[in-house]
Amino acid sequence: MTAETLMNAQHDRRFFLKSSGLALAGFGFAPGFLRRALADTASGRRKILVTIFQRGAVDGLAMVSPVAEAAYSAARPSIAIPPPGSGKGAAFDLDGHFALHPALVALRPLWNEGSLAIVHAVGSPDPTRSHFDAQDSLDAGTPGVKSTPDGWQNRLLQARPEPAASAFRAVALQPNLPRSLAGRAAALSMGAVSDFGVRAGRSGEALAACFSRDYAAAADGGLRTTGREAFDALRVLQEANPGRFTEEHGAAYPSAPIGQRLKQIAQLIKADIGLEIAATDCTGWDTHAGQGSSTGPLAARLGELGDALGAFAGDLCERMADVCVVTMTEFGRTVKENGTRGTDHGHGSVMLVLGGGVRGRRVVTRWKGLREADLFEGRDLAVTTDHREVLGEVLTSHLGLKDLKAVFPGFASSGSQAVKLF
Amino acid sequence: MGTPLASRVFVSAAFLALAGCSGSKPAGTASAVPAIALPANGWSEEKQARHALDRLGYGPRPGESSDVARLGVGAWIRRQMDPLRVEDTAAEARLRSLPTLGMSVPELLRAFPRPQDVAKANGIEKDGPDAREKLKELIPAGRRPAVIEQELAAAKLVRAVESRRQLQEVLVDFWFNHFNVAADKGEDRWMVGAYERDAIRPFVFGRFHDLLRATASHPAMLFYLDNWTSSWEGPGGAAGKRRRAGINENYARELLELHTLGVDGGYTQADVREVARCFTGWSIVPPRAARAAEKGAGAMASGGGMGLGAKKAGTPPASEPGTFVFRPRAHDPGEKTVLGVVIPAGGGRRDAELVLDLLARHPSTARFVAAKLCRRFVADDPPPALVSRVAEVFTHTDGDLRAVYAAIFSAGEFWSDAAFHVKTKTPLELAASSIRALGGRVDAAAAAPLVRQIALMGQPLYKCQPPTGWGDTAESWVGAGTLMNRLTFGAALAGGKIPGVAADPSRMAKDASDPVRVATLLLGGPDFQKK
Repeated sequence: MTAETLMNAQHDRRFFLKSSGLALAGFGFAPGFLRRALADTASGRRKILVTIFQRGAVDGLAMVSPVAEAAYSAARPSIAIPPPGSGKGAAFDLDGHFALHPALVALRPLWNEGSLAIVHAVGSPDPTRSHFDAQDSLDAGTPGVKSTPDGWQNRLLQARPEPAASAFRAVALQPNLPRSLAGRAAALSMGAVSDFGVRAGRSGEALAACFSRDYAAAADGGLRTTGREAFDALRVLQEANPGRFTEEHGAAYPSAPIGQRLKQIAQLIKADIGLEIAATDCTGWDTHAGQGSSTGPLAARLGELGDALGAFAGDLCERMADVCVVTMTEFGRTVKENGTRGTDHGHGSVMLVLGGGVRGRRVVTRWKGLREADLFEGRDLAVTTDHREVLGEVLTSHLGLKDLKAVFPGFASSGSQAVKLF
Repeated sequence: MGTPLASRVFVSAAFLALAGCSGSKPAGTASAVPAIALPANGWSEEKQARHALDRLGYGPRPGESSDVARLGVGAWIRRQMDPLRVEDTAAEARLRSLPTLGMSVPELLRAFPRPQDVAKANGIEKDGPDAREKLKELIPAGRRPAVIEQELAAAKLVRAVESRRQLQEVLVDFWFNHFNVAADKGEDRWMVGAYERDAIRPFVFGRFHDLLRATASHPAMLFYLDNWTSSWEGPGGAAGKRRRAGINENYARELLELHTLGVDGGYTQADVREVARCFTGWSIVPPRAARAAEKGAGAMASGGGMGLGAKKAGTPPASEPGTFVFRPRAHDPGEKTVLGVVIPAGGGRRDAELVLDLLARHPSTARFVAAKLCRRFVADDPPPALVSRVAEVFTHTDGDLRAVYAAIFSAGEFWSDAAFHVKTKTPLELAASSIRALGGRVDAAAAAPLVRQIALMGQPLYKCQPPTGWGDTAESWVGAGTLMNRLTFGAALAGGKIPGVAADPSRMAKDASDPVRVATLLLGGPDFQKK
């Protein structure tokens, strides 16, 4: 059996199991029992992972600044974030050594209540400074091995097979599936949940039924799979209507894409349709020129991200015990600002881990410092914690994954207490 | 699989013939137009024609496969490779309603002033609702910068749908994407159209080297990848005068990784740094309107015609805003070493030109470009033997792109069952091929709704932010959400519900009692997503 036929056979099996229940449903009137069944097996306070990929390489030294080090402000004459207590635009003190960017003001209460941990000097063992390569490597979860066919989030689904999984078990809130979710386990991508479907007035539902059959018989394996997943999802959405869940507890999502995406993820969570993994990209971090300091383009992006995270945590409130949000980025940026008041491609950066029982109010790091001798290749923040160590912690402690090797083959956690998150 | 031997013999004959006539010809006409020999593969002429129209163009219009089959598929391809000889007056006439297409960057900056320049010239200091209201009054709708990108996207769609020079349009799209710049990065909005017109379009049938040089020195690229502000760090250079001046590596890295060698092409971080040093001083005159042109934008619009008013008398073209300039004082004068080649001190502007020569002729570039073209024209995962042969042609012809295309279009692999109908259409390709299949047209002056539909399918035209450009494999394009939007697009098109697009569903559904429904199901169906 070739790899491709094996994949198809697995898809077919999954489809059979799912369609045995769903074939009864048709379009528009999925019976309540079905939803309850899905909810029972697939939800029941299931643990949820939300990942945010800051594509473009965020400047971790601006997000969470080592303000206590003289080398920090010396390297960045025009873009260093002013230290805590220095007046308007000053950073927010975290632990005396590190301080949070002032635009991330919405994260302060989460930090104070202990539900936010920050991992610093984190990154990939692969030294590449190519956006594409580094993103690919992080998405694949196998740095140094480019031929890995699937992404780490998809392997996570595979490692815990659920024959009757909801169509919404894994969702990317963006037009197309990220590499991290690509693979033989089912995963959805949608730019906007509320627009999902064949929008053609009154004939939309009948057309969807026809297309559903056409795509089930498609000659192209990729289209057949995507079609099946899409039409399964449409049936679930028509029953569950997640759009009816409005923001709670006064949460106000920013209008920026990341705000609207997190708002929809919260709706999917509240709809109890079996969501386990939600992923979304957040862009605009490639700050080669004029990145600004307390204010400016980078601050604006950080403000959107922080406000979106703050709204999400407020909206879900006590449900955040079951939801862990992790941010990541492909690499950090040069310690020194460049000739154009920006920063070029570097190495180590920052990850945020929010909710899900994380032991927060800590900057978790094996920090080497910013003296030139301590830098990677004499210019960049050295990576002292592998991305996979952080993700692995979340997968095992939060999601209860038993075999991390199935998700990150060839990776052995350092086991260091220094980076324990839970 | 085909008859690779026959095509190999043909190809080597082709570049032997070409080798003699290269060199002195102007860009864009690097070589004679090679004949295309189709290997005998058992396909009908009609199937060959369909394949050619799908891959070298934006899909067949009604009856076009038969027309091409009658002409001979090889002859049609050869004609497509010589676009000036393809009569195209209808499409050209339609493009005449888009005046910004012919304007220079300085002209565009004058005709469509930056809102902040107008604000400044009119004493509006603070941003806010009042200021924006005032600016709206000062800048009428027809003079807002958004017009430029609307016309640019409209032109792309008119050309894809109606131009008879289909291969040229496919190649302009391909090479723009290879050397991607994004219209929504700041002032690039004023420069992206000129970039496609002046740095991409004239060279797609020429030499790779010329394309590379044209993109490297174009203001749109210098702005997009920040090179325009990169300058020498050393004493006495620009750094001595202006605090914080120094190197920006952005362009240098993407030049190596994305434009030429490829990420595994054998360069190091040190090479990136050295290339960036070579390119210091390659800059632009800041893209903002000359002071005199800013005041009373509204009055200007109602007075003179679009664009050419208020040219500053006596301004030499080289110092017009948004044009290339080499700044000797910002250039690092020292010796550099790029990929082991020493570039002697004191070379000035020539340093970067030497780098471009070196990169254009590097074997990694030949492989990288060949693989990318084979991925576009043959299959997501192109046969390595084909890529090697095409790379060889690239090297032996010194990057003569016409010879490179000919090698692909004559290859047994291109005409194989493994390559037939296996590529997934991009949203642009789906939209254009759908409209073509319905014998339709795009209204150049009202293409915005169609542009929006294509964006919803995942491809906002001219707005791909990362320098990688759009992906060219199936998984880059079809997710559950974008698939639904493809189906929605087909239904809207067949139902006549996209303003600015005229299309006739009965062209695809002859004699059907409900042609809209039939065309909707065909356009949205799995088969039509492939090419």
